[in-house]
Amino acid sequence: MSLAAATSDPAAASQPPLVEISDLTVHFRTPTRQVHAVNGVDLSLERGEVLTILGESGSGKSVTLRTLMRLLPERRSQISGRVSVDGQDVLAMSQRQLTRFRGRTASMIFQEPMLAFDPVYTIGEQIAETVCRHEGVSRREGLARALELFELVRIPSAQRRLANYPHELSGGMSQRAMIALALSCRPKLLLADEPTTALDATVQIQILLLLRDLQRELGMSVIFVTHDMGVANEISDRIAVMYAGRIVESGRVEELIGAPQHPYTQGLMASRASGAQRGQRLEAIPGAPPDLAELPQGCAFAPRCPQASDECLAAVPAARGLSDIHWAACCRLPA
Amino acid sequence: MNNSLSLSRHDALDRGGKAQPLLRVRGLQKHFTITRGGMGRQAKRVHAVDGVDFDVYKGETLGIVGESGCGKSTTARLLMHLLAADHGEMVFDGDPIGQRGGISVRGMRRQVQMVFQNSYASLNPRMSVEDSIAFGPQVHGVNRRESRQRARRLLDQVGLSSRLFAHRYPHELSGGQRQRVNIARALALEPRLLILDEAVSALDKSVEAQVLNLLMDLKQEYGLTYLFISHDLNVVRYISDRVMVMYLGKVAEMGEVEALYRAPAHPYTRALLSAMPSMNPDQRTQQAPLVGDPPNPIDLPPGCRFCPRCPMVEDACRDAEPALEACGTAHQVACRRADEVMAGAVPVKRISEESPT
Repeated sequence: MSLAAATSDPAAASQPPLVEISDLTVHFRTPTRQVHAVNGVDLSLERGEVLTILGESGSGKSVTLRTLMRLLPERRSQISGRVSVDGQDVLAMSQRQLTRFRGRTASMIFQEPMLAFDPVYTIGEQIAETVCRHEGVSRREGLARALELFELVRIPSAQRRLANYPHELSGGMSQRAMIALALSCRPKLLLADEPTTALDATVQIQILLLLRDLQRELGMSVIFVTHDMGVANEISDRIAVMYAGRIVESGRVEELIGAPQHPYTQGLMASRASGAQRGQRLEAIPGAPPDLAELPQGCAFAPRCPQASDECLAAVPAARGLSDIHWAACCRLPA
Repeated sequence: MNNSLSLSRHDALDRGGKAQPLLRVRGLQKHFTITRGGMGRQAKRVHAVDGVDFDVYKGETLGIVGESGCGKSTTARLLMHLLAADHGEMVFDGDPIGQRGGISVRGMRRQVQMVFQNSYASLNPRMSVEDSIAFGPQVHGVNRRESRQRARRLLDQVGLSSRLFAHRYPHELSGGQRQRVNIARALALEPRLLILDEAVSALDKSVEAQVLNLLMDLKQEYGLTYLFISHDLNVVRYISDRVMVMYLGKVAEMGEVEALYRAPAHPYTRALLSAMPSMNPDQRTQQAPLVGDPPNPIDLPPGCRFCPRCPMVEDACRDAEPALEACGTAHQVACRRADEVMAGAVPVKRISEESPT
């Protein structure tokens, strides 16, 4: 059983995109207010592509990711739009279909690996269980597969580590174990929700390099969510910047980091402490992100934007193409 | 206005003059016992801070960096006497803290204040913002009316209009606003030293820049001294004058920020710097500078603590722990092979391609 079986073939390029999201909106109801978390997101992801969704807290990046696996609380969230993964309509799936879908077609890794594991079973048992459930193989085969996976994510002395309980692993090690668990059924799509944010920089870079290698080896598609531009640069082919539940700019890494066009992306780049001279003031973006229960009319960034005009307040700006892939939603750019 | 007042208060308190360090720390040590010894059992101790010496000069910002478990936060708590140190001497502007003939802990806390990472947990949820800020001065004997006035003035100063915010409660504020309140509260006692323990780490990038600007403004206005603890090397480079790199409870390297970032002398510092994600799509990181996680500070290796992860380790490193020694002007390092590291031996692929020099 080879784990590299799903490696991308040359025909992949001509296939339809693996993920297609169109006009996705997600609203959460609470007794007193309605939170507009995602407000019309269009997104597609090619097979074998790595896309990063970059945004601050409350920008809707994690909610978008969770919608792809239908992980949001059903009763409190209103989801509309179309979400298709590998030709399957995610929003129309029954619970049974979802169970098959999760893990096999798409799987997810989280910021806190400790919360992803059950503390009272060994890591090996948990990975083996997943394999047995999804593929109907014996427990022995499941354990053999778990060992194979641990070697894949480069955990030293893998055999011994399989017998460990979650609390016995260090931060970086448990993140590797969670990646192993997520890859156990060879998903076509890996969703990563800030998997390196809680780690030390020296460990973070190891996990990023591991994910980059695994993506190449297994040919999977990855959607990576982060708030860190440096991390986005290290991992992705393409970046989509989200603000107040909308994608405001999207493009290849070189385009977006080299020549950002949306004032918000430009502001994020300019306010980084790494580029600034010591003693000089940072060019901070004034104000704070809007309240998602009371979104402003028109462009949501307008109240903080140095270049805002009346036109910006009139309507949500449409996407303006800048290259075949790069676009930004800003009135100021030529249509 | 108040500023001139508080400056003159500083002048009155500044007894040793500019040349005397504001804070002098010698042999600071804290071990936490997790399993007691006896009955044939070996005692297990976390060597959180294991003999640390440093000075904080008046008016400077000293950055402390290191991975989790290196003892940077414990150091901060020991300085505030939120934890009792096992050993060590702390001298605040010439006065030993908590000793006969010195300054009392309470007196020290009037002059040293702290801002924590978790902006929500560090505010009392049942107190309005104004009451939280005015609480400290009231405890230290300022009357109610005056302390409230001071609270409102400080709120305005940290960029929160007192008219809108004074009566709000912590849950009604965003993370950035709460951290501004925490800064205002720390300033309410007119301290001379502010310890910022990961104070901007939990904030969004666009808000982080605002708070950093605020910290720079306040420092200038009140003539403050900062001890800035962070794991973010970019932020530390931006805000600090000097940097102290800690590893497993010890100081690995200490020096002027630009010199240290340009030519790190400790292999650990060099690894930390090259572990920062690249911002250049054409120069992505190809190799992780260190393997594995930071080790836990319980079972320390003999000799240099960095040995097990060091790419330049040799036998002699395992024999004795290197002492912190000068390796340049105002630059100290605890490594036997520092000269070779500074000369660029065993090159690391990328140190930091976006140095603003």
